[in-house]
Amino acid sequence: MPAIDRSRLPSVGPDPRFHFPQIVRHTLDNSLKVRTVEHPGVPVVTFVMQIDGGLGADAAGSEGLASLTADMVDEGSGSLSAIDVSDALARIGAEYDVEVGADTTMFTLTTLARFGERGARLLSQMLTAPSMRESDFARVRQLRLDRLKQLKDLPPAVAERAFLRLLYPSHAYGHLAIGTEESLRLLSLEDVVAFHGATFLPARATLVVAGALSHAELRRLAEEAFGGWDPGERLEELEAASERAADSTPALLAIVPREGAAQSELRIGHLSARRDTPDYAPLLVMNAILGGQFVSRINLKLREEKAFTYGVRTGFDWRRGMGPFFVQTSVHTAATAESIADILAEISGLRGSRPATPQEMSLAQASLTRGYPRNFETTQQVARSVAQLALFDLPDTYFEEFVPKVNAVTAAEVTRVAQNYLDPSRAIALVVGDRPATEQSLTALGVGELRVLPPS
Amino acid sequence: MSTAIELPHAKRTLPNGLDVLVHEDRRVPIVAVNLWYHVGSKNERIGRTGFAHLFEHLMFEGSEHYNGGYFTPLQQAGALLNGSTNTDRTNYWEVVPTSALELALWMESDRMGYLLPALTRERFETQRDVVLNERRQNYENRPYGMALMALSAALFPPEHPYHWLTIGAEEDIRAMEFEDVRAFFRTYYHPANASLALAGDIDTEHAFELAEQYFGDMPAGTKPQPVEADASLSREIRLVLEDRVELPRLYIAWHSPAMFHDGDAEADLLADLLANGKTSRLYRLLVYEKRIALDVSAYQHSREISSFFLLAATAAPGQSLTDIVALIDECIGELIDEGPTNHEMERGIAQAEAHFMYRLQTVGGFGGKSDQLNAYNVFRGNPDFFGGDLERYRRATSETVRKAARAYLAFDCRVLLSIVPRGKDALALAGSERVVVS
Repeated sequence: MPAIDRSRLPSVGPDPRFHFPQIVRHTLDNSLKVRTVEHPGVPVVTFVMQIDGGLGADAAGSEGLASLTADMVDEGSGSLSAIDVSDALARIGAEYDVEVGADTTMFTLTTLARFGERGARLLSQMLTAPSMRESDFARVRQLRLDRLKQLKDLPPAVAERAFLRLLYPSHAYGHLAIGTEESLRLLSLEDVVAFHGATFLPARATLVVAGALSHAELRRLAEEAFGGWDPGERLEELEAASERAADSTPALLAIVPREGAAQSELRIGHLSARRDTPDYAPLLVMNAILGGQFVSRINLKLREEKAFTYGVRTGFDWRRGMGPFFVQTSVHTAATAESIADILAEISGLRGSRPATPQEMSLAQASLTRGYPRNFETTQQVARSVAQLALFDLPDTYFEEFVPKVNAVTAAEVTRVAQNYLDPSRAIALVVGDRPATEQSLTALGVGELRVLPPS
Repeated sequence: MSTAIELPHAKRTLPNGLDVLVHEDRRVPIVAVNLWYHVGSKNERIGRTGFAHLFEHLMFEGSEHYNGGYFTPLQQAGALLNGSTNTDRTNYWEVVPTSALELALWMESDRMGYLLPALTRERFETQRDVVLNERRQNYENRPYGMALMALSAALFPPEHPYHWLTIGAEEDIRAMEFEDVRAFFRTYYHPANASLALAGDIDTEHAFELAEQYFGDMPAGTKPQPVEADASLSREIRLVLEDRVELPRLYIAWHSPAMFHDGDAEADLLADLLANGKTSRLYRLLVYEKRIALDVSAYQHSREISSFFLLAATAAPGQSLTDIVALIDECIGELIDEGPTNHEMERGIAQAEAHFMYRLQTVGGFGGKSDQLNAYNVFRGNPDFFGGDLERYRRATSETVRKAARAYLAFDCRVLLSIVPRGKDALALAGSERVVVS
């Protein structure tokens, strides 16, 4: 056998062909939209129910309502108590998960294919006929209030909460899903029941079923379990948060003091783009070059060159409405101000003085596209991906078109979107960290006066 | 009901001692490359803790024939890659498009055979600082983040390699010497101490050929001696640690059977029936009915030399850890006397079966099929244990679980750690001794 040539890296062959499995659309008589995807191999099935109305549907003063309502879904149904529901889920080995996003709430249930019917029926009972008992409500709300108390100790949570408030001072996106102590205290079971009645309607929902079964069988699972879901009365259409004008905020430097903190938790960013922007693909490439992957300008600078952090990441928090571009990291306290300066300098550099090089373009595009098939190994990955199509109103051909679209992005486009969507002059820079140790150097940054925020 | 669930594979050992495991799964055009070295923080010694993990960082910084960061060429090929270190092993993995398999093998083999020429003092020092950041971020600056350090130190005597955590002591990390890297690499990073698993869109014969091609010419090293150490508790130890937290939390830790030993699966089932989900005994009692705790968790930390079983519960505002421990003890007492119900056993085994099936869904990454094959091969000397592993759960009965509870969850041989808000050590269990960790 010939020895390996170690004088150069082996060449990589052409990308293997990959086709996303066919998505079949169905609409039930009660208007529930159903998407089925066959995913043979391991006998598992995943149901994702996505309902319009995430944290953005919380009215001012009722922050946390969408999330609290979602939490009440597994607290009993009909003759089943909260304990019974938990037991029923466990007996089919189900993985059950709730995610309250900005625009929608997503319920995911995965079980063995042979328990598909039981899983679907259980999910349907939980979502469409939750018991909504006062005693369960009181317990769940109290747990959330206590959880909020605990989050005050967790620097990333403190940073997230303060950052959202600064990004959206008056918009419905400006809070964590869990809400605030003040708002939770005011919420009642009646609020939850009303919110459930107004939002948990088949016409506002999409059900994705992916698994090791045929389309016909997957459809039958959906139909048998959810065909009887009462279409409900068509109430006045709720105004979606995504349609409301976003806030416009000036540049800001702020700190949430955390005495003696070993690290500073940082968030830097500003509102930037909606998910339906025509520049989505160039923005992905631009972000990959700037800080969206390990080999990116900001991570190489702060981690591999300066050893200020264990890691740093940039990204877009995509929403139907205006969402932020953000940088997030945790850095050594002594390196706080210099890290912020370096991050802002890297953003400025990509906007003009140091545009993307051909090598960077190629690396970013390859890393976004060549490994794309690995995102579709499990039924959960497949079902959640299809739910994204419903969330953002994307065509069923989206996954097939992704790779060519990203590969078509040019360096000039990356510069253009960096200029149009990133703006250090209106960046909000937030520190959760030791004030005495950082105040002087932060003030000396010259990005504005340091605003001291209350501890969460 | 009892259908066989298998993870089919083939194994060959190269003349230099490298184990090669192959599993075919052609559904998605990707291949997982997963390489284990049988070295972890258990191979360290007092005063030099944290070294195995720091070393893992250095493996990404370049090797003789590719003298640069490993992420660049692999990302360029569409790979996802990472590595991790625990007490018992260090793993490195890439998930690549089928077309980039040889690139991943080239790079893994280059750092196995030719790491040292590329290693500079500067790279070493940078990664040492990165690790100090990692430690601050994940331990020091995280609520309750020092709990495992305090518990490990109390459960295991100073000379036992589980006495310290894999991240290591801060002063040890600061004191690490560049010169120590060489000996560590020579001792642990060679074919006879490694196991390579390839899983995914690949033909088994071709996989063995490639493994031979890329790794066959590495010189055989000497397999390191297994680490042996004993640990036992003969009394109850009560500790208190002050932290930047709002609510007190109680941790209870016991020694339990080592990974895959008799009683290990039972301990895992016990953890589930005590604290997994609303229907579990402790959740139901502490959080659902009495509402004196915010959360409760239980976990069998299965490890190579010896395991520990850990319970934790956070007090609801105004509630006392003393009341919580009294209820926990009552609950465990009942379990020791009567064992789990049939209903609980059926539920626990149904959950285990489903989770084994879910484990067959991904070829690579942490916990993927390639990682599982390596775990069985390294810790049992034989990768053929997926079905046997599940059998351990299927064979468990109410009586074996009851016996495990009686044998391992003893009231008089355990560590009780109260973590309390600063300045409020009166909230700890009575008789707790202050513990210092840094």
